[in-house]
Amino acid sequence: MINRISGFAVPFMIASIIIAGLIKKVNIYSCFSQGVAEGLKTIINVFGSMLCIMVGISMFRVSGAMDILIKLLSPVAKLLRIPEEIVPFAIMRPVSGGGSLALCTDLFTQYGPDSYMGRLVSVIMGSTETTFYTIAVYFGSVGIKNISHSLKCALIADFVGIMVSVAVVSVFFS
Amino acid sequence: MIGYIWAFMILSSLVVSVFEGKAEATVNAAFAGANQAVETVVGFLGVMCMWMGLMKIAEMSGLISIFSRFISPVTRMIFPRIKKDSPAQKAISMNIVANILGLGNAATPLGINAMERLNESNPDKKTATNEMCMLVVLNTASIQLIPSTLIALRSTFGSQNPSEIILPVWISSVITAIIAVSVTAYFGRKQNVIKKRK
Repeated sequence: MINRISGFAVPFMIASIIIAGLIKKVNIYSCFSQGVAEGLKTIINVFGSMLCIMVGISMFRVSGAMDILIKLLSPVAKLLRIPEEIVPFAIMRPVSGGGSLALCTDLFTQYGPDSYMGRLVSVIMGSTETTFYTIAVYFGSVGIKNISHSLKCALIADFVGIMVSVAVVSVFFS
Repeated sequence: MIGYIWAFMILSSLVVSVFEGKAEATVNAAFAGANQAVETVVGFLGVMCMWMGLMKIAEMSGLISIFSRFISPVTRMIFPRIKKDSPAQKAISMNIVANILGLGNAATPLGINAMERLNESNPDKKTATNEMCMLVVLNTASIQLIPSTLIALRSTFGSQNPSEIILPVWISSVITAIIAVSVTAYFGRKQNVIKKRK
């Protein structure tokens, strides 16, 4: 059932987008290639920070510093009942999009995307955002200096997102 | 901020590596990390770009404005003080729909447009209103129909079923968004009480 819905979502989306394009007489071919070019630009924008963090995280892991950090944070993780291996990723997630992508990749390489850890990190990645960046862009664009309660609420939302993801993954893939 | 995190990662790695006797391996890990970044990006570039292409068609064919009419009851529930069919309400609806469709490139300009509309009726142009906070929190709690980057990344790493996480992601992000909206509404109400006292 789960696989069915997840599996149908993709072909359904593709078909309805193309049909909508045909009905509205959009030049679907040139639109598509324009979107591809924009996608390339997006990737180039995150690539810089992704490479930075990948270099950093790779050193951090090999040197043994990661083990020390995980050990230090494991009481917190145990208290919250989240696996300690995802704690560095959870810290990175609201701070940097490229950085969290890099840490996500790192967990995929270590555990595989279909492992418990791989699925958990996927669901967290999919249901949270780069909070600090979003807040900076949205308020910065209209010149707001006093951001009121927004940061507090957004960080609460990120925290809730992680806790909910842990629960959802253990229900779905048990 | 990210700069400090990065500096901390590299400097602490170097210090620890000396104590653990892994200095050489750690330096090599830097090169390996750089290579891995390139391999990963090259690996998921194709799928990611394919989705961006499809989403461009969705954008150009007006799917955003069709869907935003559907979700306007939800928008009005989350933003009760914004008038029905006002430019602000339309901009907010379109921003939410663009986010749901994963149109990052369209969602941000639409969201900024909504912020500008909201700031027009803001008495204090430097302080965020409750509605602005709500819009920003909604944008940080992403609800996405197809998490395309994620699926692309999962297939790059050899997942048997890269899109199996779609339904769990939906459920998790909807629950998170509902809680995020409630928390923001609660703090907004508290903010109003403080303002009235002044």
